[in-house]
Amino acid sequence: MTNFPWITALTVLPVAGALLVLVLGERNKNLSRWTALTFSFIALALTLILWHSFDKTSGALQFQEWHNWVPAFGIQYHVGIDGLGLLMLLLTSIVVPIGMTASSQIQERTSVYYSLILLLQSCLFGTFTALNFFHWFLFWELSLIPAFFLIKVWGGSRSTKAATQFLVYTMVGGVGLLLSFLAIFLATHKSDFIDLAALAQSGQLMPAVIDKLAWHHITPQHLALLLFAGAFLGFAVKVPVFPFHTWLPAAYSEAPTGTTILLTGAMSKMGLYGFLRILLPIFWPQMQLVLTPLLWLSVATIVFSAYAALAQKDLKKILAYSSINHLGYCLLAIFAVVKFTGADTYLTAEKYAAMNGVFLQMFNHALTASALFWFVALLEKRSGGLRGLNDFGGLRKIVPVFAGLMGIALFSSLGLPGLNGFIGEFLIFKGTFPLTTWASSLAVLGLLVSALFILGIIQRVFSGPLNDKWLSLPDLSTSERVALVPAIGLMFALGLYPQLILAFVNSTAIQMVQHLKF
Amino acid sequence: MLAGTIYISFLGAAGLLLLPKGSVTAARILALLTAIAGFALALTSFVHHRSGELFTVTRVPWIPTLGIEYHLAADGISLTMILLTGIIAITGILFSWNIVERTKEFFAFYLLLIGAVYGVFLSYDLFLLFVFYEIVIIPKYFLIAIWGSTRREYGAMKLAIYSFVGSTMVLIGLIAAYVVAGSKTTSLVDLAQYPFSLHFQMLAFPLVFVGFAILAGLWPFHTWAPTGHVAAPTAASMLLAGVVMKLGAYGCLRVAMTLFPLGLGPWGFHVLGLTSWRDVFALLAVIGIIYGALVALVQKDFKFVIGYSSVSHMGFILLGLMTLNQIGLTGAVLQMLSHGLLAGLMFAVVGRMVYARTHTRELAILGPMNLWKIIPFAAVTFIVAGMASMGLPGFSGFWAELMILTGAWRSYPAYALCVGFGIIIGVVYIWRAMLKAFFAETGVELTSPQPSLPPITLPERLGAIILIGASIFVGVCPQVFQNIIIPAFNSPLFEGLRKGSWQ
Amino acid sequence: MTSINYAQLLRLALPEVIVVATALLVMATDLLVLRRCKTRVRFAVAAGLASLGCAGAIVRIFYAPEVANILDGILIANPLIHLVQTALLLLTIFALLISVDSTFTEHVGEFILLILIATAGMMFLVGTQDLLVIFISLELLSLSLYILAAFNKRSAQSWEAALKYFLFGGMSAAFLLFGFSLLYGLSNSTSLPQIAAAIHGPSLNPLLVIAIVTTAIGLGFKVAAVPFHFWAPDVYQEAPAPSAAFIASGSKVASFFIFFQIMTLGFAGAAGTAAFTHLVRGWVPVLALMATASMLLGNLVAIAQTSLRRLLAYSAIAHAGYMLLAIVAHTQQSLTALIYYVVTYALATIGAFAVISVVEEQTGSDDLSNFNGICRQAPVLSFCLAIFILSLAGIPPLAGFFGKFFLFVTVLGATSGSMNLLWLIVLALAMSAVSLYYYLRILKRVYVAPLAADAKEIHPPIVTQLLLLLLAAAVVALGCDPQLFLRHITAAIQSSIL
Repeated sequence: MTNFPWITALTVLPVAGALLVLVLGERNKNLSRWTALTFSFIALALTLILWHSFDKTSGALQFQEWHNWVPAFGIQYHVGIDGLGLLMLLLTSIVVPIGMTASSQIQERTSVYYSLILLLQSCLFGTFTALNFFHWFLFWELSLIPAFFLIKVWGGSRSTKAATQFLVYTMVGGVGLLLSFLAIFLATHKSDFIDLAALAQSGQLMPAVIDKLAWHHITPQHLALLLFAGAFLGFAVKVPVFPFHTWLPAAYSEAPTGTTILLTGAMSKMGLYGFLRILLPIFWPQMQLVLTPLLWLSVATIVFSAYAALAQKDLKKILAYSSINHLGYCLLAIFAVVKFTGADTYLTAEKYAAMNGVFLQMFNHALTASALFWFVALLEKRSGGLRGLNDFGGLRKIVPVFAGLMGIALFSSLGLPGLNGFIGEFLIFKGTFPLTTWASSLAVLGLLVSALFILGIIQRVFSGPLNDKWLSLPDLSTSERVALVPAIGLMFALGLYPQLILAFVNSTAIQMVQHLKF
Repeated sequence: MLAGTIYISFLGAAGLLLLPKGSVTAARILALLTAIAGFALALTSFVHHRSGELFTVTRVPWIPTLGIEYHLAADGISLTMILLTGIIAITGILFSWNIVERTKEFFAFYLLLIGAVYGVFLSYDLFLLFVFYEIVIIPKYFLIAIWGSTRREYGAMKLAIYSFVGSTMVLIGLIAAYVVAGSKTTSLVDLAQYPFSLHFQMLAFPLVFVGFAILAGLWPFHTWAPTGHVAAPTAASMLLAGVVMKLGAYGCLRVAMTLFPLGLGPWGFHVLGLTSWRDVFALLAVIGIIYGALVALVQKDFKFVIGYSSVSHMGFILLGLMTLNQIGLTGAVLQMLSHGLLAGLMFAVVGRMVYARTHTRELAILGPMNLWKIIPFAAVTFIVAGMASMGLPGFSGFWAELMILTGAWRSYPAYALCVGFGIIIGVVYIWRAMLKAFFAETGVELTSPQPSLPPITLPERLGAIILIGASIFVGVCPQVFQNIIIPAFNSPLFEGLRKGSWQ
Repeated sequence: MTSINYAQLLRLALPEVIVVATALLVMATDLLVLRRCKTRVRFAVAAGLASLGCAGAIVRIFYAPEVANILDGILIANPLIHLVQTALLLLTIFALLISVDSTFTEHVGEFILLILIATAGMMFLVGTQDLLVIFISLELLSLSLYILAAFNKRSAQSWEAALKYFLFGGMSAAFLLFGFSLLYGLSNSTSLPQIAAAIHGPSLNPLLVIAIVTTAIGLGFKVAAVPFHFWAPDVYQEAPAPSAAFIASGSKVASFFIFFQIMTLGFAGAAGTAAFTHLVRGWVPVLALMATASMLLGNLVAIAQTSLRRLLAYSAIAHAGYMLLAIVAHTQQSLTALIYYVVTYALATIGAFAVISVVEEQTGSDDLSNFNGICRQAPVLSFCLAIFILSLAGIPPLAGFFGKFFLFVTVLGATSGSMNLLWLIVLALAMSAVSLYYYLRILKRVYVAPLAADAKEIHPPIVTQLLLLLLAAAVVALGCDPQLFLRHITAAIQSSIL
């Protein structure tokens, strides 16, 4: 069991699926869709097997695989997962089938579409499991390509511009990332995240780098900050962090909804994952140095995106900004955790809480945002593409089941206790408040505003005067209900029993926090 | 056995000429079999000689009066290049399956060229090397002039003259070295160990280096490359970019740098901040990288984009050579392999898959055809090739460029930054070309090509898959090649280089 | 003075005698027996007979005494001379074989006779070290060539070219004779080694300078070096193909050989140097100057030519420039290189003229446009032409490449240790890069250009095809294995200490 390369198998599986989908072609209308779905369910099953056999009490890396890849450079193929990795795998395996299901309106070139989604899934798996910079970066960059084409080809009328913007932003971020890590690699000959983290913990990383890269005019401290800035840029664009977010609304709203689900549910987590797995263990001294600006950035992300969402008229754009907003909380917590590193056990419990909150929030956001975009997709399908805030009204009466279920998802997003959204945000604020009181207080403003726009949606779309156009709007069909119910159920389950996730991420959270101090 | 690669190719060429008139299919199959046989031999040797050290294939006196020997030998570098030649030979033939006009002659010239290229990579006698090096010129002239497209006669002549001027410079250097060393031997190994005076090396090195580098597309002597590539038929552009340009880089490494290692040392004075020929050529290489990339960015002709990208990528190789450290040099050899595969693939897409069907390479005309829907295979192939060419990890280009960057970082940190800039532009021009060529802009009225395009044929698919597979193989297992390239630099041949400016 | 042993003289001159006797025999046969036959038949029989005679002479040379010297170098035999004579006879045979299918004249017997007489002249020319015999045999050769050049009596241009050739030739002969007489006056001898011994001294006598210059002019005319080249383009263009081939090949070989002999044997002490930084007066700088001018002018003017024959003429001037470098170097090695170069050059040139004769026969002119696309009509012919042209261009693995390589190596190695002649080599190689342009233009016509719509069929005669294949094979073989020929030259030079 342990010898089997589970993770590699999991990464390769979607590629195999993609090839099969391409080869089978479009002989039958739904052939590609069903083949792809089958593969995504197999992947889900594999992930569940991993979840089952995962040692939940340990925060260490498990299912590790090592292969010498480029001995001349000392580069290894190294994969493995801890609680965070497992969480990400689970999240991906859940989001991808949702995305596929929500893509039913795609009629053109379905085989290419679904194989691209499967490729994207493979890249996600790869990114979340890789422990060596080089193949991690391969998957990181490679994921852009299917995403780009999914947006460009199947997206709305301005999709080319949106896709290009998305690509350019993330590419530039990727270049910063690459340059930073290349510099580190050239100086230390290490590219394994674990090795680098160990080096950083012993405080030798930056001295080694500075030793090799001493330049005339740059002080060691500035050089280290420069390297941090490069890496930060890469992740910040992906999450995104204000002010690097401008690609996101366009990309999310122009992409076909199925793809948007993937983008927000899984790909945005790549950035956060990067913060947690890479930036935090390796660059925490630099983060500490610029902590205040970072906290300001996270607060700005939270508050501005909430206000921006308030000003939008397009459902997808509202949800896009709300995504930024939700991930902003994670950033806040991540930055806050860095604050007192080195000061032994001060506020440790708060840090655990914040870290656990981040993990939960990531998963919750994936689930909730996917569900919400899915609802938008269903609405679009019914309305013939309309999704403006003011295009509807009073739908509650015509499609009660739809309104009810979507309402649950919206409330989850709002953070209503009893639903999954609550517990993550609660833990985050519980942790960050003692750590950085001012930033958390400011961030609460974001919570309030987000309540406003979510309630706004409910009011404009589901309540109010009935728009006569939609009198014959059909409610959810049985199959749609069957598909949606598990997601909604999961929201309740997590809201009532967060231990489901906390059980296996807690040890990782503890270990991460402990590693940050020495 | 490795010598068989040369003989088989030449015999194949002769055999093709003897075929009866009009036997098109037979010619194709014979050519393909010849190329496969050559590749099989190369692969067998590759597998047998995993240590990468120098081994002699054949060594017999040839012209004893002048001390010239027929000396074929190979080390890891040669083996890598031989393997590349084999792959390009096979895929080039697959991508030339549509040639119906004077098929026999086409493949005869083609195999003649291939045989000579094998010869250059295997020669360890300078005279022999030069003989093979010059044989290459004639078939490539005819391949372009007869079967080419846009301004083919001009492109072919320009290429031939540039090559010949380059080889003339090389010849002057070789004759001088031979005479100075006492006119006793032309053996590369013996001459490399002869202690030429510093003054002589300072003069001979740039001469021979530039002579070879002209063929490698060194800026500002690169101007033959875009026109030549554009004029050439698909298989010839593949060969040109895939192996012929590598001949130049190989010559720089194998001949110029081993014979005159002191020529790389400092002059003792400085001009504009440059203190040695090494600085000069490194600077030219970097200019080439950035210039090629920038020019590729604004081309209107699809093939010109690839042509200039070749200039840019060859700049990497030359920069790698000038780093003079093991990692940079290994990277340069790896980049020869990688660029050979990828440039071949890209030219195949542009020339065979797109141009042969649409009869245009204007990006502005191709775009509205929305080709990715009509020939998705071509689009996918180009995207994969483009990704590999931008240096995405997992493909061959990444390791090569990474090693060159690493080497450059140690020798020329500032240039390494410029190269990083070049890589970024590389991403942009590939992306731009890909979008403009295969995807219609939204809002533009679609034009459907007339008449409807034939689907991608089996040989094309095979060729593309072979090249992509090879690139991924190199990307996934770069150590297979590193393991044989690195020991090659430990041979006595590179002793002068190691003792001199080696870092 | 020793008394003349006529038997020995005759024995030594037997090959030449055989050639002359064959000449008379051919003349007689043609006039007496074949008078009424068709021209083609007459040419075939006459050329065949003449070739047999030449072959006989070659056989005789094999059995001739190894080394002999009669009357202080009036008639000499040594392996080197035998080698050159054999080469001359072979080239003559090739030139004769080109004429097999000709129809340009009815005076077949006379034509063949003149070729053979010229051959005899060449053989005497290379087999002597005496000024007088040199001059006489040179005139014998030249006069025959003047007539051969004019042999196409139907063409006015042919006449004009021949007249030009004759007038220039006469002038140069006068110069040569003037130079020789000065030499005789300076040294009181006509034997080259004795002249060398007499003029040896630290400074140059002004009269000697004049002698050097006039001799160089006379011989420079023979090898068509700039500025004495004016006859060459016209003669190459207008002479009948076999004559032109003969002039371009055999006479070149003989002239260069004797040029080398005169300069190295006769002016041994007055060499000087042609080092770029400090020229020292002597004949070397004179020749270096001629070589430079020839290489530049020949190659640059050849670019503009539209007639293949004229192009070959200018390329011949350029090649004369390269070969003069061997004389400039004047070492044993460079003589080896010179012989190798000039013989392989002659082979390629004869081959090219053979192709021209076939194409002219069919299309009526040697204009380059007439070669458009002939590879589709006559693949063998085109292939052979490609070999010859590429060999002239110096592309490996053909003989021309090794010739150039060897020549330049020996020239550079001549001044041991120093790089005095490097500038000449650089120039020569640069010019050979230029030459590739016009050579490729020919091949472009043949292989790339489309066949003209009204092109006539080309049926090369079988003998010519065989000859072409033989020559092409020789060019390839000598290029792939230069040792084949080099071995003989080296051995011959070593065993006939100069």
